[in-house]
Amino acid sequence: MKRRDFLKATLGGTAALVGAGNVEARPNLEPATEAVGMLYDSTLCVGCKACVSKCKEVNDMPPVIENGENAWDSARDLSGDTLNVIKVYRDGAAAVKDAEIDGFAFEKRSCMHCVDPGCVSVCPVTAMRRNPKTGIVTHHAEACIGCRTCMVSCPYNVPQFQYNELFGQIHKCQMCNQAGVERIDKGQMTGCAEVCPTGATLFGSRKLLLEEAKRRTALKPGDSYNYPRGDISKPESYHEKEVPTYKPHVWGEKEAGGTNVMHISSVAFDKLGMPPLGERSAASIAESVQHSVYSFMALPALALAGLTYVVRRNTNDEDEGGDA
Amino acid sequence: MSGHQALGGRILTKPFMVLMVIWLIGSFFGVQRFFMDGMGAVSNLNGGYAWGIWVVYDVVVGTAFACGGYALAIAVYVFNKGRYHPLVRSAVLASLLGYAMGGFGAFFDMGRFWQFYEIFLPKNWNFNAVMLEVGLCVAIYIIVLFLEFAPAVLERLGMRNAQNTLNKVLFFLIALGVLLPTMHQSSLGSLLITMGHKIHPLWQTMHFQPLLALVTALIMGFSIVVFEASTSAVSFGRQPESSLLSGLSKAVIGLLSFFLLVRVVILLLQGKLGLIFAGDLGSLLFLFEMALFIIPLVILLSPARRSRGSQLLIAAVSMLFAGAMYRFNAFLITYDPGPGYSYFPSTPEIMITLSIIALELMIYLVLVKTLPVLHSEA
Ligand code: SF4
Ligand code: SF4
Ligand code: SF4
Repeated sequence: MKRRDFLKATLGGTAALVGAGNVEARPNLEPATEAVGMLYDSTLCVGCKACVSKCKEVNDMPPVIENGENAWDSARDLSGDTLNVIKVYRDGAAAVKDAEIDGFAFEKRSCMHCVDPGCVSVCPVTAMRRNPKTGIVTHHAEACIGCRTCMVSCPYNVPQFQYNELFGQIHKCQMCNQAGVERIDKGQMTGCAEVCPTGATLFGSRKLLLEEAKRRTALKPGDSYNYPRGDISKPESYHEKEVPTYKPHVWGEKEAGGTNVMHISSVAFDKLGMPPLGERSAASIAESVQHSVYSFMALPALALAGLTYVVRRNTNDEDEGGDA
Repeated sequence: MSGHQALGGRILTKPFMVLMVIWLIGSFFGVQRFFMDGMGAVSNLNGGYAWGIWVVYDVVVGTAFACGGYALAIAVYVFNKGRYHPLVRSAVLASLLGYAMGGFGAFFDMGRFWQFYEIFLPKNWNFNAVMLEVGLCVAIYIIVLFLEFAPAVLERLGMRNAQNTLNKVLFFLIALGVLLPTMHQSSLGSLLITMGHKIHPLWQTMHFQPLLALVTALIMGFSIVVFEASTSAVSFGRQPESSLLSGLSKAVIGLLSFFLLVRVVILLLQGKLGLIFAGDLGSLLFLFEMALFIIPLVILLSPARRSRGSQLLIAAVSMLFAGAMYRFNAFLITYDPGPGYSYFPSTPEIMITLSIIALELMIYLVLVKTLPVLHSEA
């Protein structure tokens, strides 16, 4: 081949390397075949934090005590010691529950178990894994190098590193199904759903929970509805309650590809601290770009071949030209 | 001989002692980080800001500063401008030290440093992960740079045979030395894609991230070369060779114009031009950053200005800051993980970064004084 052609191939290959190649986009991942999750209904939550305590017990983590007040856990945010936390939205006088103005509302923060999880996509050592059947996202510390890319790439800031320990590790909610706990595999429900007194945290298959969420958000405010507790496929009990004014929005149906843990509420989700997400997952875009750039290493190999040829030629030129 | 000379002279000069003090202070905190209390005690990293200056300065910005070897290799070998050749060795040394510093920084930042080797085990590899590509590519590139620099050491030791053997495969190492930075420098941009909404819209250009990251790497690489050209000339008490600098200037003019054009067109296409004049922190930083890219362009476009050493120096410094600002803004200053989190580096965190830089400079000074690195004709 002529030198010009090689030069062109090299430049072409190198240009394609930086994203000018034809992009075969990967769409968002689909929900796992038997995806399980939770539905958190903020309007039912009474802020008792029973779920926070139970979560610590299931995961064998110490309670966070503030001001010597140790009736319940007083963790304020997720950390290496806290996988689940109830946060409070407050506005003005904060007098009316579930009102955006002069009101207050509760919001549960724990792993959303994304359908297309950023943490799984970015982990260089496959220490974050999505179960293909249940969709549960688990962490495997034995491979983790602690680069914390999962933290910066999780839209919800869920994975938390134990900064205060010399040999710390990443912690996140694994839907009570990590090795050694395996509540879901054993046919139990998640700890937080089990202890929730009002059914604000409801366990079940993603499909059933999504149906339930849509049913609730379509109800007429003021009517009464029979709310289940525990596991939606076999509720332990029900309680009748007046229907609040839901926002017509199921968080997690579509956000960044959807989540297995979904939320509904009377207060807009941005006020509850949810991030501004579109429907496309960042993971799917990054992977599309990266794979079209690399096309499974074919382009880098081509570019290397071209570069080697060109460099060799140019170094030979120098020798012939009697380099100073 | 190759025309490269060791500078000679005393090692323990005053500046060297100052660097040593900085290095010692940083090492004290390093001991605390690795042997006593962990990284929480020495850094302000938190649940929202998982990456601070160790990643963003030492790795993301630092390796771009270290792109001199990369930029020069493209100019010298790929585009066949053999006349830049005398500068390559010192550029390679600076790159080697810069990348090694990035590696150090990454290790300080590695939460589970005791099992760092897990990333080298193929059974763990996640081919979807940009971080895997960055990690492996940078590691291999450090080895490549080391081998590219080895002739200087072998020459000093008088090992002609080894030197000849290495020279036979040097062309392949140089080709790798062009390919690998192209790969991982563009991938540093792809990391921003995965961070999605946490990146300010003015910097979240999605598909264009790898391209912009690569162009800034080249811009910073070339400005470092201009720097080195003048320092090398100064050490030998001569004027920097102007034909060399004007050649480099042309490449830089092209890169700067390309960057500015692409940057603005992307914002236009993505409907974000309005954000530039929003008057908030993001827009101010953006305007400042753009000014830093425009200043060197203005200087270099005028033949009168670019022939003056002082103007050239302003252009080079401005470019270095421009590229660094671009990366700092995108990765850290405008990075927003959501309500409840804030970050400013702690004193020990800053000292650790400074100590790594100090170590890098000390090694550089020792090596240019003892090994044939600088070229008397550059
Ligand atoms: S919420 Fe975060 S940690 Fe949980 S699955 Fe999604 S990306 Fe991963
Ligand atoms: S910190 Fe661990 S789990 Fe998270 S991305 Fe890095 S290696 Fe993976
Ligand atoms: S599912 Fe289990 S680990 Fe997750 S928040 Fe609930 S109790 Fe905690």
